Amino acid sequence: MAAEKNVGLVLLNSSLSPFGQRCSIALAEKGLPHEYVEEDLAAKSDLLLRSNPIYKQVPVLLHDGRTIIESLIILQYLDEAFPDTRPLLPTDPYERAQARFWADYVDKKVYGCGSRLYMVKGEPQVPANIEMAGILKTLEGELGEKEFFGGEHGFGFLDIALVPFSTWFESFDKFWGVGVAEVAPKLAAWAARCMERESVSKNVFSPEKVSDFIGEMRKDLGIE
Amino acid sequence: MASEKSSSDLTLLDFWVSPFGQRVRIALAEKSLPYEYVEEDLLAGKSDRLLQSNPVHKKIPVLLHGGKPVNESLIIVQYLDEAFPDTPSLLPADPYARAQARFWADYVDKKVYDCGSRLWKLKGEPQAQARAEMLEILKTLETELGDKEFFGGEHGFGFVDAAFAPFTPWFMSYEKYGEFKVAEVAPKIAAWAERVGKRESVAKSLYSPDKVYDFIGVLKKMYGIE
Repeated sequence: MAAEKNVGLVLLNSSLSPFGQRCSIALAEKGLPHEYVEEDLAAKSDLLLRSNPIYKQVPVLLHDGRTIIESLIILQYLDEAFPDTRPLLPTDPYERAQARFWADYVDKKVYGCGSRLYMVKGEPQVPANIEMAGILKTLEGELGEKEFFGGEHGFGFLDIALVPFSTWFESFDKFWGVGVAEVAPKLAAWAARCMERESVSKNVFSPEKVSDFIGEMRKDLGIE
Repeated sequence: MASEKSSSDLTLLDFWVSPFGQRVRIALAEKSLPYEYVEEDLLAGKSDRLLQSNPVHKKIPVLLHGGKPVNESLIIVQYLDEAFPDTPSLLPADPYARAQARFWADYVDKKVYDCGSRLWKLKGEPQAQARAEMLEILKTLETELGDKEFFGGEHGFGFVDAAFAPFTPWFMSYEKYGEFKVAEVAPKIAAWAERVGKRESVAKSLYSPDKVYDFIGVLKKMYGIE
């Protein structure tokens, strides 16, 4: 990515990774130029392994050669290191705590349950299905009537934390019968609104791509 | 532990031996913030107040500030830094140092409690695996600590120290179940544990290793583990 001003940012990522997508969206929202390096997760680069020796995962942000790891930590770092850019977290301490809490919930629950959904063979996984429906309803409760999770702050930290998983919603329906439009219609509408933002549509996987990807994974795992 | 009604309008729902609750107690003490301490007897069941304050996870600690709940220990500690900016902060000021502190506190969260639990819950091969992991975790933290007095480095006692200190009374139990010595595997961590244990905010928030060991015994009985 060409940079008029070089602020020394490099993002090691895999376009597949919802966690990496969060970082790409954040960088775009903040208008921060950066070098993008696509990692082949089957053949990780030396730079990646050196930068993240503990987890050996993407995303990794390098700022003037120093590494920052874990997507939500990267997002907060961008807010704090670039205070003149559009902030992702709100200013009020209580609202910040809520945004962090729900982003942590997304990490623990959406990703965790989603992974269980597509790893297991056989009949529709009733417990995981039910759990995912519950998770989506809970998130919908938090969204309420707001346009974005960020509320008055607008599209923010929690929106970015969740939106890469929203393109999985169609797959939840197609493969596991979790109909998001029925179970959590406000959430489905929120997802559509997010996709109207260029920072999101350019960086998340389309629902079709996610569906293809999951289809491939299931073939590889011998699941039909 | 403060138990008088507070002028800062803070209430902590907690469980005496919880390392996660203790992080918050340490932070409140470091900041000299008065608060009401409410012991939730988790072994007897969860109170309505707890279930209403944390309907999502139904867990302690819960900090109530003017009645509004904040959940998850590390989020609570950051909240205290931000809501009470005139008190000593646990996170450093520099953005990069803050990112590092958050990373290492998150590492402690992801690794220590789960691995420790597997050490005392499991037997045979799975226990041996947990033991190997625990040694790896301690060595990794030792490398991060290096020759610093505290994980906070120039900042002094900080976020990662507060995050990890509550696990120090659990070392004795990990040692007994895992048959190793922290002082041999990670001597700098052992020395840090001793230093940190002398700090007033930590000393008054933690319980003795013997009490923790006995508590594990109670849990094992409850789970029907020999």
